[in-house]
Amino acid sequence: MNSSVTLEWKAVCKVDEILPGTGVGVRLPEGQAALFRTRDGQLHALDNMDPFSRANVISRGLLGSLGGTRVVASPLYKQHFCLETGKCLEDETVSLTVYPVRLRGELVEVAVG
Amino acid sequence: MGFAFTLFNSWQAETVKGDIPMTKQKVLLVGHGMVGQRFLEALADRGGLDHYDVTILCAESRPAYDRVGLTRYFTERDADALSLVPEGFMAQPGLTLKLSTRVREIDRDARVVITEAGERLDYDKLVLATGSYPFVPPIDGNDRPNCFVYRTLDDLDEIIAAADQARIGTVVGGGLLGLEAAKALHDLGLETHVVEFAPRLMAVQVDDLGGGLLKDKIEALGVTVHTNTGTRAIVDGEQHRHRMDFGEDRHLETDIIVFSAGIRPEDSLARACGLEVGERGGVVIDDYCVTSDPDIFAIGEVALWQGRIFGLVAPGYQMAETAAARLCADSEPSFQGADMSTKLKLMGVDVASVGDAHGQTPGARSAVFFDQSTGVYKKVVVSECGKKLLGAVLVGDANDYGNLLQLCLNRIDLPGEAAALIAPAAGDAPMLGADALPDSAQICSCNNVSKGALCAAIDDGATTVGDLKACTKASATCGGCAALVKQVLDSELAKRGVEVNNHVCEHFPYSRQEIYHLVRVGEIKTFDELLEKHGSGDGCDICKPLAASVLASCWNDYVLSKPHAGLQDTNDYFLGNMQRDGTYSIVPRVPGGEITPDKLIVLGEVAKKYDLYTKITGGQRVDLFGARVDQLPEIWKILVDAGFETGHAYGKSLRTVKSCVGSTWCRYGVKDSVGTAIQVEERYKGLRSPHKIKMAVSGCTRECAEAQSKDVGVIATDKGWNLYVCGNGGMRPRHADLLASDLSDEQLIRTIDRFLMFYIRTADRLQRTSVWLENLEGGLDYLKQVVLEDSLGIGEELEAQMQQVIDTYQCEWKTTVEDPQAVKRFKHFVNDDVADDNLHYVRERGQRRPAYEHERIELVQQEG
Ligand code: SRM
Ligand SMILES: Cc1cc2nc3c(=O)[nH]c(=O)nc-3n(C[C@H](O)[C@H](O)[C@H](O)COP(=O)(O)OP(=O)(O)OC[C@H]3O[C@@H](n4cnc5c(N)ncnc54)[C@H](O)[C@@H]3O)c2cc1C
Ligand code: SF4
Ligand code: FES
Repeated sequence: MNSSVTLEWKAVCKVDEILPGTGVGVRLPEGQAALFRTRDGQLHALDNMDPFSRANVISRGLLGSLGGTRVVASPLYKQHFCLETGKCLEDETVSLTVYPVRLRGELVEVAVG
Repeated sequence: MGFAFTLFNSWQAETVKGDIPMTKQKVLLVGHGMVGQRFLEALADRGGLDHYDVTILCAESRPAYDRVGLTRYFTERDADALSLVPEGFMAQPGLTLKLSTRVREIDRDARVVITEAGERLDYDKLVLATGSYPFVPPIDGNDRPNCFVYRTLDDLDEIIAAADQARIGTVVGGGLLGLEAAKALHDLGLETHVVEFAPRLMAVQVDDLGGGLLKDKIEALGVTVHTNTGTRAIVDGEQHRHRMDFGEDRHLETDIIVFSAGIRPEDSLARACGLEVGERGGVVIDDYCVTSDPDIFAIGEVALWQGRIFGLVAPGYQMAETAAARLCADSEPSFQGADMSTKLKLMGVDVASVGDAHGQTPGARSAVFFDQSTGVYKKVVVSECGKKLLGAVLVGDANDYGNLLQLCLNRIDLPGEAAALIAPAAGDAPMLGADALPDSAQICSCNNVSKGALCAAIDDGATTVGDLKACTKASATCGGCAALVKQVLDSELAKRGVEVNNHVCEHFPYSRQEIYHLVRVGEIKTFDELLEKHGSGDGCDICKPLAASVLASCWNDYVLSKPHAGLQDTNDYFLGNMQRDGTYSIVPRVPGGEITPDKLIVLGEVAKKYDLYTKITGGQRVDLFGARVDQLPEIWKILVDAGFETGHAYGKSLRTVKSCVGSTWCRYGVKDSVGTAIQVEERYKGLRSPHKIKMAVSGCTRECAEAQSKDVGVIATDKGWNLYVCGNGGMRPRHADLLASDLSDEQLIRTIDRFLMFYIRTADRLQRTSVWLENLEGGLDYLKQVVLEDSLGIGEELEAQMQQVIDTYQCEWKTTVEDPQAVKRFKHFVNDDVADDNLHYVRERGQRRPAYEHERIELVQQEG
């Protein structure tokens, strides 16, 4: 992340609105993101659009790890995307945008712009 | 000086080689593209940086990047990710990189190059790696704004910027690169056209039939292809920026034009300084990549060897190795030409060509397989004697590529008839296993990795494709060889006695049966507990749903209760099957296929209200498609209120019990098949199992319910029920086996209880009863002993476990719509109540269906 770019943080929900080990869809000023809370409480946000089906379904994918990489599996055709980098493990030409996320008190904030 | 001297001494002490200079000489590398970088790496590997100071003159503003992967930039927008220069590489002593520095002139007499900025740099050795430039056909108007080429990251930046204001994009040229550019435009959301002068696409790689098929496939993806079309002029358009005039009143309006009509060697420097160049361009080199001036090398796409230019990266890499070796006074390797076989996935369509694809070798014969309905075209070219493979073309299915390439490259005698190589039943084709390949076989042509090199890496401890990629570079470039690399890995690991296990995934070193036992015996109630006691890591999309299923088979908790929710595949989480556009289907249970008119009316009303696509399924019920996730609870509320229950169409669980009308109406019916079907369906509904379970009950031997194709099939006779098991339709149909005859109602149920529970206990993940039985040691006889004779003494236990599941049944949809907390989860956005705005539909035969990709682009344009 380029530190000279000023990020605009947008509060999207309370952390307990996301069950640990699942994700939710988030509406952003432009587009949508998938916001995940891992079993151990880490937060990650990626594009919600599955590049393989072009459907906005990534938030409904299953979380897990593959060889130490934290991933979400697309619910449609099951490709895995790294939660940290957005890279698709099955097809290196494809990746999802990653949005910075932070927790302020109870609120989850996603950086846009 | 002293430093260089000592170095030289110590080096000379151990080897005796040709004439390597005593003091450090100056090498200038012109062009820092893919091949230039490989040259630097090869030189460094050979210790060449001890003897040469290398200055790299790079016209682009970025150091070498992966041009082969250029198109990735459209999706990733990350130039750094494409970089080919390892971190710290340029910091090595002896390397100086000058970015944005274009060479204007070479003065061979003075041994000096002059940059565009006027800087003069002298050299002892000069390496030309200037690649090629895109050819832009001489069409009037080809220099209008928004006309681009497709070669550098800067080109892509310009295209991306222009696409923002554009609706239609057109690529001139239907070759490999043109199609790649078309895909990029298509992905940018533009209505995309490809204009090709030749009568077919990819004229270099494929023949007419293959090209035609490729065209069909690409058009099916929403790209319009115009073959046999030459552009006369480009002028102002009426609706769009440009109008491309094709003559005879034909024209096309477009906002963006990308020229991709071939490449030409970037040999202008060489020409101007009098180096020998080919008639149609390219700097002439010998087997050592030396040009007509002994102090100047040329490598990569700019070089012409035996009258040939190589427009692929693999031959360029071989030239880089050769030139580096030569500078280190090694005569090995020399450049001996290269194979131009390619395998690509263009817009999702597999295309491959091997060797002499057009059958130009004298006496060559070919065999063709063409299936227009599946879109597969394969051709093999064999030698006159019929024993050797000379070339091949594959479109639509390139799985045979590795096999064919190896046969061709290693000139292996064909294992059978040539036609059998491409015969549709791949299972019967004479496959060339990884085992059959000699160690010298080249597995990865981009990086020149042989089977022997892979074996060596495996000996050194590589156990995954990732390991092999990291230490040999195999499959690191185009990826075309990945499947073959994996085959070699698997067969070599097996040879080395590495056990191939049946563990469900990397998180649990157990099979499904073992996990089932661990859960039952250890009374494990949650995934977290299972993971903590018996697994590692975070779990994944394999083991989580598996655990959820096993937990449900054993304890039958509400699947969406907190500890289980995150384990469910989306279908189970949202209690519906996800469709291709991300919406869901709704399948209420219709036990035995019997439904009252009132209930049918409710289904009709719901479908009408929510505009759901309605279809009678193959399982005797009604499927309502196209419900958005946020609509699911309200729709199901209406259905539950009307007395419907979930049909578990999403679960690995009982689907339907199909029935024929039986003695209720039918003149031949000997028993009440509908009544029994309903009784059986009510009993086992909601039962979670390794895979889905289907059943049927027929009222007589005419078998109208097709019971013998089901996991459990019941057929009435005048003496009782005949019970068939382990039938399957689907991908590999299997006729069911007769397990027991002439059963009473009560015996029937007890036998099915035991059979199903035994299956649930012992089957593998996603193993239907048919495959399970085929793998069950002792087969049908053993199954009969266990289920009918209770040879294991577990009969009562199995019945009790089944009874527990039956007693704890709940309709998941009823539970869900009654629980406000659960309903909350069915929102598309956590922070907004609106629905997904990316759903687009067209109407067909009076109903709604999701738009296909090409329709979607039009719809978005109309809407926006
Ligand atoms: C709707 C339906 C087709 C139809 O329009 O008629 C259908 C639709 C699907 N089938 Fe089927 N199958 C349907 C009857 C069948 C039948 C016929 C039957 O049951 O009489 C078969 C062959 C019989 C059999 O299973 O042995 C059948 C064999 C399959 C298979 C292959 C199974 C196999 O063992 O080879 C799959 C894939 C799988 O389950 O892994 C599958 C999977 C699917 C899925 C779930 C694919 C998916 O993951 O999205 C489809 C989604 C359904 C949905 O969204 O609601 N479907 N499918 C039928 C629903 C029946 C029902 O009321 O529940
Ligand atoms: C989109 C795309 C997809 C491709 N896909 C494949 C594929 O799948 N498989 C495959 O094998 N090949 C593929 N190729 C071809 C492959 O990229 C080339 O074969 C390879 O890049 C050639 O390397 P090179 O170093 O010879 O030339 P380049 O990589 O073009 O590098 C030449 C460099 O020299 C610089 N230069 C030129 N003139 C001067 C000068 N006067 N002064 C200083 N610098 C100069 C240029 O700016 C450039 O940076 C693809 C190419 C493209 C564009
Ligand atoms: S046959 Fe294939 S396409 Fe048709 S419903 Fe079944 S899974 Fe879907
Ligand atoms: S053949 Fe291209 S990466 Fe191996």
